[in-house]
Amino acid sequence: MRRRNHSRRDFLKGAGALAAASCLPVGTVKLAFADKRKDFTFAYISDAHIQHIAGAEFVRNWDRGLIRAVAETNMLNPKPDFVVFGGDLAQLGTKPELDHGAEMLSDLKYKMYCVMGEHDYYLDLGEYWSELFGPHYYSWDHKGVHFVTLNSILTYDEWTHERWPTAEQRMLEMAGLDNPNGSPFMVGEEQRNWLRKDLEKVKKDTPIVLFSHSPIQRIYKGWNFWTEDAEEVQALLKPFDDVTVVYGHVHQIQYNQIDNISFHAVMATAWPWPYPESYAQAEINWPELTVPMNRADPFFERDATGWQTIDLENGRIGMSYNLYDNTNRTVKYNPKTGRPEDTAFQDPAKRIEPQTHF
Amino acid sequence: MTKKIAGAAFIATALAVVVGMFAVDADEFTKEDLDRWHNEYMSVVKEGRELWVSADLGTNGVACAQCHPNAANTHPETYPKFQQQLGGVVALRDMINWCLMNPLEGEALELDDPKMVAMEAYVTWERRGVELAPGKH
Repeated sequence: MRRRNHSRRDFLKGAGALAAASCLPVGTVKLAFADKRKDFTFAYISDAHIQHIAGAEFVRNWDRGLIRAVAETNMLNPKPDFVVFGGDLAQLGTKPELDHGAEMLSDLKYKMYCVMGEHDYYLDLGEYWSELFGPHYYSWDHKGVHFVTLNSILTYDEWTHERWPTAEQRMLEMAGLDNPNGSPFMVGEEQRNWLRKDLEKVKKDTPIVLFSHSPIQRIYKGWNFWTEDAEEVQALLKPFDDVTVVYGHVHQIQYNQIDNISFHAVMATAWPWPYPESYAQAEINWPELTVPMNRADPFFERDATGWQTIDLENGRIGMSYNLYDNTNRTVKYNPKTGRPEDTAFQDPAKRIEPQTHF
Repeated sequence: MTKKIAGAAFIATALAVVVGMFAVDADEFTKEDLDRWHNEYMSVVKEGRELWVSADLGTNGVACAQCHPNAANTHPETYPKFQQQLGGVVALRDMINWCLMNPLEGEALELDDPKMVAMEAYVTWERRGVELAPGKH
């Protein structure tokens, strides 16, 4: 234990120079509220997909992504108030994967909130995940903001409970992103009723930030960039002035504005996914607002992966993408236009070649 | 010796001519032929899809589809092209082999391995309808 602390100190010494060179988003937080004590940031790490090979062996590539995100998050200054892990800690929901992932996350020096992903859930329906991380959905208040976490990767009962002969097969069928045997994600009636009650006690001018694994919007059903009952959840959020939904699952930069709700996706630490528009056979409902991330260079193992720092300003979030092997990006709510915008590339004249996907 | 071979060759040629007289004309094919040929192709596409999602192609359980759902972001219509990371003009199968060796931590396939042909068939099928764009990055 002592040895590990020592090596971490050495690592941080080297990392100081690295941080100066690569411009980690340190000290960039603007005042969010009139009361300075209410300013805060939090960090967001997602989609680690820790994958067990056999025995004590795990896929090295995905391990490195999570280890790096945890190490960099620990270097943040000012310190984030908490960290959210956005789901898909495991690849096939097994104990070895969840344990190995939880051990890496345990190096975080901050309080952590966890979101359920389909890769964590469909082996034992979230049972072991719950032993490690707690309830599947919950809410809390922090410095004037109401936070909600939903388990948005549920699906039809028949698919979950009756269709597959074994739990392992059920997990494998849901794990394949493009598998036609999969089933659309949904929040479901039970959680929607819970959310309705949870929000009854919240004032309409309280900023709400909701975390889910899947987008609470319908983009492309074929890859489950989709939540079946998205509109019903959106309707529950409609009475509030400032609402932001942060989601994982898509492994790419995405953002959107639907009525009063801002949507932001986060990067994976494991691998990037193509934009649905680059699948020639897909019918998609693409959020045009998004300026895509750069096309990934596979020869750089960590390119197009990363993690996020999030700050609260005017009740809306500013999302700083810390991109490995790439230029960092910031997407934040523009009160003048009423939507999230990239601070450098939103103007079509400012876009660069690698942002064109095909 | 030479005579014997020449004689055998003559007989073989004569046989081929005789058999050829009973064969159909080369440029005539039916709807059934087209269907059969398409089905032959699709059975190889299916094999390619099975390989694409297989955890056994490499050594670490990672499958092609993990990063390339529906073979997206593979751009078969742009190959052969200059692949700057490999320093030359390469075919799609060279990139497939690169992925097998790196993210999948496995062995490269022979370039004419039926598995390679099957994966190319699958990738190209998923990209059907897209205009050829040779050399495009």
